[in-house]
Amino acid sequence: MQWETVIGLEVHVQLATRSKIFSGASTAFGAEPNTQACAVDLGLPGVLPVLNEQAVAMAVQFGLAIHADIPEVSVFDRKNYFYPDLPKGYQTSQMYHPIVGAGEVEITLDDNTTKCIRIHHAHLEEDAGKSLHEDFHGMTGIDLNRAGTPLLEIVSEPDMRNAKEAAAYLKAIHSIVTYLGISDGNMAEGSMRCDVNVSVRPKGQEAFGTRAEIKNVNSFRFVERAIAFEVERQIELIEDGGTVVQETRLFDPERDETRSMRTKEEANDYRYFPCPDLLPVVLDQAYLEHLRSQLPELPADKRARFQTELGLSAYDASVLSASREMAEFFEEVHRVCGDAKQAANWVQGELAGALNRESLSIQNSPISAQQLGGLISRVLDDTINGKAAKQVFQALWNGQGSSADEVIEAKGLKQVTDTGAIEAMIDQVIAESPAQVAQYRDSEPEKRGKMIGYFVGQVMKASRGTANPQQVNGVLKAKLDALL
Amino acid sequence: MHDKTVTQLAAALKSGEFSSRELTSHFLQRIEQADGKLNSFITVTAEQALKQAEAADQLRAAGNASALTGIPLALKDIFCTQGVKTSCGSKMLDNFIAPYNATVVEKLSAAGTISLGKTNMDEFAMGSSNENSYFGAVKNPWDLSAVPGGSSGGSAAAVAAGLVPAAMGTDTGGSIRQPAAFCGITGLKPTYGRVSRYGIIAYASSLDQAGPMARSAEDCAHLLNVIAGHDVRDSTSVARGVPDYTETLNAPLSGLKIGLPKEYFGDGLDPEVEKAVRDAVKVYESLGATVREVSLPHTHYAIPAYYVIAPAEASSNLSRYDGVRFGHRCDAPADLIDLYTRSRAEGFGEEVKRRILIGTHTLSEGFFDAYYTKAQKVRRLIRQDFLDAFEDVDVLMGPASPTPAFDLGAKKDPVSMYLQDIYTIAVNLAGIPGISVPAGFAAGRPVGLQILGTHFAEAQLLNVAHQFQQATDWHLKLPAFAEENA
Repeated sequence: MQWETVIGLEVHVQLATRSKIFSGASTAFGAEPNTQACAVDLGLPGVLPVLNEQAVAMAVQFGLAIHADIPEVSVFDRKNYFYPDLPKGYQTSQMYHPIVGAGEVEITLDDNTTKCIRIHHAHLEEDAGKSLHEDFHGMTGIDLNRAGTPLLEIVSEPDMRNAKEAAAYLKAIHSIVTYLGISDGNMAEGSMRCDVNVSVRPKGQEAFGTRAEIKNVNSFRFVERAIAFEVERQIELIEDGGTVVQETRLFDPERDETRSMRTKEEANDYRYFPCPDLLPVVLDQAYLEHLRSQLPELPADKRARFQTELGLSAYDASVLSASREMAEFFEEVHRVCGDAKQAANWVQGELAGALNRESLSIQNSPISAQQLGGLISRVLDDTINGKAAKQVFQALWNGQGSSADEVIEAKGLKQVTDTGAIEAMIDQVIAESPAQVAQYRDSEPEKRGKMIGYFVGQVMKASRGTANPQQVNGVLKAKLDALL
Repeated sequence: MHDKTVTQLAAALKSGEFSSRELTSHFLQRIEQADGKLNSFITVTAEQALKQAEAADQLRAAGNASALTGIPLALKDIFCTQGVKTSCGSKMLDNFIAPYNATVVEKLSAAGTISLGKTNMDEFAMGSSNENSYFGAVKNPWDLSAVPGGSSGGSAAAVAAGLVPAAMGTDTGGSIRQPAAFCGITGLKPTYGRVSRYGIIAYASSLDQAGPMARSAEDCAHLLNVIAGHDVRDSTSVARGVPDYTETLNAPLSGLKIGLPKEYFGDGLDPEVEKAVRDAVKVYESLGATVREVSLPHTHYAIPAYYVIAPAEASSNLSRYDGVRFGHRCDAPADLIDLYTRSRAEGFGEEVKRRILIGTHTLSEGFFDAYYTKAQKVRRLIRQDFLDAFEDVDVLMGPASPTPAFDLGAKKDPVSMYLQDIYTIAVNLAGIPGISVPAGFAAGRPVGLQILGTHFAEAQLLNVAHQFQQATDWHLKLPAFAEENA
């Protein structure tokens, strides 16, 4: 039987607010346990939440970025359950009236086509604390530093049909939130994690199959792998005559498999009801317009502009717009050198390769956009040739010099374009290579083209790489042919 | 000194008749001598109070005293007080020392008042008789075999017995007004949002409101001046200017339109209570007010709606008492579930457990719409009843409670206890202010006249109550206990 996979994602994005969603405590990552939790975060008797306006603004910006409906009124609800790292016995979230309504996100697939994934809604909520099982023999430690950290939970419609689409969707969300600057998107630190809903159905069937929810997947790669495993598991199960049960599963990256965590029967009844300590959030049009006016250019728009205005290929435009840092770097290189294609080539070629080799992100690039742009300019105006350019790049990468011009000067890499000087070098090489000249002369005319390479190499060597290769080629050919 | 109102004591402090230290010592001594019989305090902070009194005296000597500097009072044990046990009447918090002050406490302290201690209360403010306290029942100083009312019964009894000139209470369904009525004192429940709830241990968040309990409306006005106002730490506190409530106390009442809700004078109302209330209304007529009957047609839904909404919120608010971070923890828990269940089973009393269970049930899947959503709709109707009534009249009057204080142990059935709040509960559901003032006696026990106004009509309520107290002396009567036991 032909199977179709149906995937929906719930992405939790940690918002980059300075303080927590309902208290003034800091949200910085990595502090000593329980040093960033105030009375409100600890859920002490009598404390009350006060909503962080920055969190609201960030959620709304996300909503605007995905062209979502932003309802005038949203309401916080309490989600009640007991867990040691949930200090109040409930999580303040939004169930019935979320801050962001239906919207959509465009994803780019491997073949550079795009697809629209619908967003059901996005809501604000507070994070819980963390249970620490190591270092406590037979006991569990509780760290409430994370308790009250603002999260935006983005819930997609079940619009994805394979693991690649799911990963592309997650990347698109990552790209939007980092473009907006509302999250650092650091998946390793848990700033972004997702729950994946997966089901399969016979191709052509309209009704959804029973889904499993895979909790807390925290990398693009794991999303693909967890889905791949889960799809295979479900299909095998059904083909062997079994049925998929609705349950929550965990992905174990070590073993590359998903495992049952709890079934629907064990599921909590969260007893949602409107939080009586918080007023409904009311947003007026003026506020929305104010936030809209502050939106940066978003990835999809950038991608389109790179193609139409800068004439980049769909592929180049997509790669260069994927992250805000990459896009900004590229745009600066382009601004300095004035040639989009060259800028794109260098950023994706030499620079990306070097960054990859040293596992550096573009933010930590040792060579700046200005430096790279300056380097490309010197290639474009024939000051240096391609070979010298690579030397200049390496020098700048190593911190030997503050600009391309400085390196060119110091290393004497300036391209020799003076015909007289080139002719002199060529004459000398010809004079010093009688055997090769004889060989050239005795060759079949169609093989001579290949043989000329030897002479070019010698001339370039003599010029320490600075001679203009095209010029050398032309003059050499004329001079050798004159000897025939 | 103990028969004086806060206003009189403040004048005496100002004139130098006695110092705050002398005044504070006097009340501390009375507490020490009499509270054994009353049980109105859970914690007495004598040492701290005397220090505060000395500081107040110095402030006064330096010419920096404000209206209430040096006045002793007490706080219901529901207000978090830094460094002092804040138990909320529960075994669950018997070991809880609050690390911060409630906004009300902070404001009272900044005004120079002195806290003598924390008063007894029904556990987590759940009760109408003060018999649900882990620290034992409080007795009514008018008759030690009677209850003082709940849940601010400790505050009411302490003021009535002259152990403290004023005290702070909270009112979720009548918990200031009913004990004030039972103990013959004046108690004001402000508009929801008028006084910050920050640092008040939550029972039902959308209904809880703190207010003053004292001998007179004038005293309540002075205290409300201090505690009212917007608090950035409580999102539900209203950003709205606070008038000087003492300035309008003497405004004439001629032309005042009083409404008597017919639903407040029906079956179950003790005839002697009714007579006292109707006599009080006559006093108002003699002061130039006009009276008419009005209707609040959804009144009979108030108790059922309240007993859905309040327990629902309570079941959630009390989830934090799980033995994990603070409060009571059971011995040697076998595992996490054992830790939760035994800590909560041991820490909470029967009434609290009952309401948690009711609330958990009404919020649960499949029942939410039938109970909670429905109750919220009823709540809106009840609120609208009041708003409609205030289109025609300035204030509403009626009894604060259908009966005077009943005997300790008399009400064994929870529902009959819940019916005690039949005249007070709707006020909390609507969020409007209400005040109870002493208006006579029934079977030798005090009767409270309840006066209700529209949202933020506290100044008017205090004016109306004060004018009654200028014309009568019910509020000045002290129980024999106050003289015999200290």
